Amino acid sequence: MPARESERTLIYRTRLPVRLWHWVNALCIFIMLMSGAMIFNAHPRLYWGKFGANPDHPWLVIGNRGTQGFLMLGDHEVPTTGVLGYAQGTDVAFPPLVTIPSSYNLAAAREWHFFFAWVLVLSGLMFVTYAVLSRHLWRDLALTREESSLRHLWNDVKNHARLRFPKGEAARAYNPLQKIAYLTVIFALIPLVVLTGLTMSPAINAAWPYLLDLFGGRQSARSIHFLCAAALAAFIAVHLLMVVLAGTFSELRSMVTGWYKLPAEKRP
Amino acid sequence: MTIITRRHALIGGAGLMLAGCDRITASPTVRRVLTLGEKATMSAQHLVTDRHALAPEFTRADLSPVFRENGSRRPAAPDWTGHAAAGFADWRLMVGGMVAHPLAVSLAQLRTAPARTQITRHDCVEGWSAIGEWTGVPLGLLLKRAGLSSNARYIVFHCADDYAGQPYYESIDLVDAFHPQTILAHTMNGQPLSVGHGAPLRLRVERQLGYKQAKYVMRIEAVATLAGIHGGKGGYWEDHSGYQWYAGI
Repeated sequence: MPARESERTLIYRTRLPVRLWHWVNALCIFIMLMSGAMIFNAHPRLYWGKFGANPDHPWLVIGNRGTQGFLMLGDHEVPTTGVLGYAQGTDVAFPPLVTIPSSYNLAAAREWHFFFAWVLVLSGLMFVTYAVLSRHLWRDLALTREESSLRHLWNDVKNHARLRFPKGEAARAYNPLQKIAYLTVIFALIPLVVLTGLTMSPAINAAWPYLLDLFGGRQSARSIHFLCAAALAAFIAVHLLMVVLAGTFSELRSMVTGWYKLPAEKRP
Repeated sequence: MTIITRRHALIGGAGLMLAGCDRITASPTVRRVLTLGEKATMSAQHLVTDRHALAPEFTRADLSPVFRENGSRRPAAPDWTGHAAAGFADWRLMVGGMVAHPLAVSLAQLRTAPARTQITRHDCVEGWSAIGEWTGVPLGLLLKRAGLSSNARYIVFHCADDYAGQPYYESIDLVDAFHPQTILAHTMNGQPLSVGHGAPLRLRVERQLGYKQAKYVMRIEAVATLAGIHGGKGGYWEDHSGYQWYAGI
């Protein structure tokens, strides 16, 4: 097999600005999800509309009765002891393992959240500027005309479902679902999470009241903020799974050094 | 011989990671660097937004059916309980510090003074919001009447409530103090301010979070600096728990 191994082509796939942004952004997202989980713990209830507090009707609650944790979605209650509501001997919504800091401290969580919010926004703006100017956006991320056809996308969905990934030359570029996932994170989830975050600021509400109209009130903005964070967490889970399935070493190397070894083609 | 299962290793590893993270989160240097984020937020908000912009106002149809009380719900200080028992008949709001004419204003005087009524949203730092209708005297009006010194920079609100013997207080800058929606509210939803909401008088400084809305206000002090007042950070939560003095986000 060594002969075959050397036949595989090493390509320079990920340029330095992209790699730098990827890791800075990954750090920001992790810290913001974890400090955000702590901020959520201060009031683990979500509402729709302009206002919402304990006497009002929430659409999501993470709580506990004694040592029994639960998640309430509308009128449906799911027991979550050991995961949410009550875990690690602590009666908080998100357990210490996934919050920053690990024990309840809203003031500190806010400091982490708002510091890394700046890093997230500034590095994100720099990345998008780079992606446009360097044409990374069109060359690597935008779907080609052929890829955007429904038939092609459906094929890609079927291949993903069968865990059948492109090999050889076909693995040179990102596949369509991968591109859609990245574009969604960069141009939908991150902007949406930032805007709904700003909409929770009473000072910004005074200056830019149209943000409140856009999201349907402060508590709706808070709910959308939470849903975006959940979507980002789901993206990370799938993203990491894909890295493992596609070859952890090769994928990690390309995001650290830029060099990516094309996966071998199956023997015909 | 100890058998280390994968589960034990996972839990142990997670514990180590937690301990490491906690060392980072507890470090004063890290906390100092992190506060730069909120300082940048304050500067950026002051830079790009109009500081005189009005907070959104709502209609009666938007009122929270039940307005949750925030912070203390009943002060224990004898000074306040005595006044509360007497219906605040002899209570006086003291206005002093860097003013030409210190004032002692009765609740009756405050109730007949020019007032502003506004239906605004109260946002607790914890995340919840409630909408209520507030009526009160614009703070700027009182400060003008008292002859605020041109050297004053902050207005401090000394309150009757305390946490474990530490008195509650808050402070705002002069732009917020003279903002038209910054009022000393004596009436909420058309009723005299209840004990739970800060009777007889509370601050409404719209465009900031709930802990800035000082309740049970007894004395107002104009100062040039916040240093030397209690912990020096401008408020109870700022001194004791590290909450930011500027609560604009």
